[in-house]
Amino acid sequence: MTELEKKIELIKEISGSDPYKCMRCGKCTASCPAYSEMDIKPHQFASYIIRGDLDELVESKAAWKCLGCFACIERCPRDVQPGKLVDATRQIVARQRGGDYLQPEEVPELLTEDLPQQLLVSAFRRYRR
Amino acid sequence: MPMNEENKEFRPLIVAFCCNWCSYAGADLAGSSRLSYPADVKIIRVPCSGRVNPMFILRAFERGADGVIICGCHPGDCHYSTGNYYARRRMALLFSMLEYIGVENGRTRVEWCSAAEGAKFSKTMNEFCEKIKSLGENVRLGDLRCKN
Amino acid sequence: MQKIGVFVCHCGTNIAATVDVKKVVELVRYEPGVVFADDYMYMCSEAGQEKIIEAIKEYKLTGLVICSCSPRMHEKTFRACAEKAGLNPYMVEVANIREQCSWIHKDKEEATKKAVILARAAIAKVNLNTPLKEGESPVTKRALVIGGGIAGIQTALDIADAGYEVDIVEKEPSIGGRMSQFDKTFPTLDCASCILTPKMVEVNQHPNITLYTYSEVEKVSGYVGNFDVDIRKKARSVDADKCTGCGECSAKCPLGKIGNIPSEFDRGLRNRPAIYMPFAQAVPAVPVIDRANCTYFKTGKCGVCAKICPSKAVDYEQQDEIVTVKYGAIVVATGFDIINLDKFGEYAYNESPDVITSIELERLMNAAGPTGGHLERMSDHKQPKDIVFIQCVGSRCDSEEKGKPYCSKVCCMYTAKHAMLIKDHWPDTNITVFYIDVRTPGKNFDEFYRRAVEQYHVNYIKGQVGKVKPQPDGTLLVQAADLLDGKQINMKADMVVLAAAIEPNPGVRKIATMLTASIDNNNFLTEAHAKLRPVESPTAGIFLSGMAQGPKDIPETVSQAGAAAVKVIGLLAKDHLKTNPCTAQCDTLLCNGCSTCANVCPYGAITYDDVQVMDHGLRETRRVAQVNLALCQGCGACTSACPSGAMDLQGFSNRQITTEVDAICR
Repeated sequence: MTELEKKIELIKEISGSDPYKCMRCGKCTASCPAYSEMDIKPHQFASYIIRGDLDELVESKAAWKCLGCFACIERCPRDVQPGKLVDATRQIVARQRGGDYLQPEEVPELLTEDLPQQLLVSAFRRYRR
Repeated sequence: MPMNEENKEFRPLIVAFCCNWCSYAGADLAGSSRLSYPADVKIIRVPCSGRVNPMFILRAFERGADGVIICGCHPGDCHYSTGNYYARRRMALLFSMLEYIGVENGRTRVEWCSAAEGAKFSKTMNEFCEKIKSLGENVRLGDLRCKN
Repeated sequence: MQKIGVFVCHCGTNIAATVDVKKVVELVRYEPGVVFADDYMYMCSEAGQEKIIEAIKEYKLTGLVICSCSPRMHEKTFRACAEKAGLNPYMVEVANIREQCSWIHKDKEEATKKAVILARAAIAKVNLNTPLKEGESPVTKRALVIGGGIAGIQTALDIADAGYEVDIVEKEPSIGGRMSQFDKTFPTLDCASCILTPKMVEVNQHPNITLYTYSEVEKVSGYVGNFDVDIRKKARSVDADKCTGCGECSAKCPLGKIGNIPSEFDRGLRNRPAIYMPFAQAVPAVPVIDRANCTYFKTGKCGVCAKICPSKAVDYEQQDEIVTVKYGAIVVATGFDIINLDKFGEYAYNESPDVITSIELERLMNAAGPTGGHLERMSDHKQPKDIVFIQCVGSRCDSEEKGKPYCSKVCCMYTAKHAMLIKDHWPDTNITVFYIDVRTPGKNFDEFYRRAVEQYHVNYIKGQVGKVKPQPDGTLLVQAADLLDGKQINMKADMVVLAAAIEPNPGVRKIATMLTASIDNNNFLTEAHAKLRPVESPTAGIFLSGMAQGPKDIPETVSQAGAAAVKVIGLLAKDHLKTNPCTAQCDTLLCNGCSTCANVCPYGAITYDDVQVMDHGLRETRRVAQVNLALCQGCGACTSACPSGAMDLQGFSNRQITTEVDAICR
């Protein structure tokens, strides 16, 4: 497997979802409360991963603006769980940087004006060990 | 019988009894859909899972089989209404007896597979082969006269 | 010793690409019993069959093994071929080296080895085959159609027109099914009732058709050509012979005005009285009393309908009646309903009366419906100005708890129909359709949908709706996505119509179990072969018609109904059917009369009799099992249950299966 294929497999494993199931219906995009902040839309996450445009996804605003509210996961008829795919992408970036633990000390640094509460809760949920 | 001389890889011998109406058709569907499973599985067609006499299973193990799987229609869907219910009871009893004499529980299995479940058939066979591989060669009940 | 001929088929490259057929021939040539072995391109072809016939004659073969595709495919073909050559057709066995070998394995060496093993097993079995003769069973020249919708009606009419007796059993008080609830039908925009009601009347008046409405099939026994069916005629509480269909009872029933019994026919959009006819053109035009909700049956008071009926037809004492009828063939045409929408809370279906399903819309637009055909919101009865249609609600859904994995097939077309009809009547209405794909595969279907866009300016947006939020001002806020323009849309709607997934009518599973007809995980009845035998169930004598077999629209339903009718006619036209000769056989010398076999036989084919037995020179009378060859279906349950090994199954005998096991494990 190439490096890229390995990364895609890793994303599938971390998220527990299969991006190939996506039928581009757009229900996730329709449900996303953070839509206006997103450059790459939720309904595109699956196809970006399948095509291997992981760098674009990682460098996008969308990956980090995702609130982790799981509305897209709840509504997706194909069980693609776009929110978890994004989560997994972020995990990969975090692991590459050498750690996927979120320490409480790190939070004040990351706090910006428009960082929603929900994201913090979701981050602790995801990254706490 | 199963030991491959050249590279010592264990190829199990698996006998599958499939009922004509559901599981055999499911196996055919797996074939039409090109869903692979190992060639170690050889299928014997029976009219109903209820036809499978415990003697056949014992004979298979005696002659060198490493795993035996019986496939039939889902409960309630038997083409002959009740055959699979009898098969279920019979096999439950047989398998516990086999376990008692040392043929491990994983070597035998009953699976309900309908004619539309080609994917399930293929998946089941793949899983069963993996299981038998992990259990290794069957040494119980073997008739030594039949060994090469 | 048998003289067995073995043929290995290439099946073009289907087998030959993965199995070395020549090698298989070489390796089986020296199996015990084999006197001839050869391979050929296409064994099932005329030329291939000629080869078989020649070989049988030249080598005086007593047994035949064909290594080819599945026996489910061509066993019949090869048996018939052997018979032509003078060989008993039951001396033929098929080794499945295609579906169960060449098509699933990739390694040529492995596949060839397995093909040889399967061939050996078949040869070993044929060595023990005995010539079997098919028996004959009579055919009851009467057909049963379960379900009185358009599928059942069309099938019954076609069978009856051919001169055979047909009974229709329908569980609702009237025939007509879903189609009677529709307003117009695509792509012709015919009025559904106008094309259906003449057929309903024809069914009622046809001399060959008997209608059992408000009835259900309770028990089925028997086999093809000879089914015994118990039909429960539920008590209508009205004497059909006296009733004139005047409707006075329904008009005067107090619960019609003050009650709250939702009308099933109108999908709960209005109420109905306790004594009612489901709709005006009901066939038969005889009302029924809903005993669960009727005041008289609940409290003993009222009784207005009995008092005012001019023909004294109301009969509170009427009981359910069970009739047992014999049939030669049974057709399942049980139809469909839409799924329950409880799991789709995002669309606010249970919260807002202005969010409706497409069938409810049909009722609203129907001139005989709850609003007289006037399109209005159910909340305030105002006419909607902005309507949103949501497609694929519950269809193409991967989650089993929420919806169905299949495409429901009819929704794209009926939504286009709805949009155009609304625009026709009320051109000022703004209509938006949110779709994933627009599927219009039939004749004139795509042109039909394009009219909606190009002529009627219906706004088709590719994307789905995330949420429908009822607003304080009574409108609905629809949050959706436009994928092609890359926008999230928040729009106001007065009415939202959901194209819900269809599913086979609940209760079909019970019927399938009674008939031992195969049914899949989506509750659609399985056909014998998806392409070549779409209207027959694998169970002989059971046929499929309409949505019960799979999602389809009305033109397809009528086609399939005709096809099912033809198959039934083909069966009923015979005076005798050949029965399966692979039946159970009792060795009277071994039988100890324990009755175990009789207890497990699902067909009651085994009885016990005192017979004279000659055992080692001693003549005595013993109580032994006797198999009724006409009833025995060859399942083999008795053989496995028999403690003394007296019971065996011809064609799949203990020795035959054991020898197959031996050949495989060699």
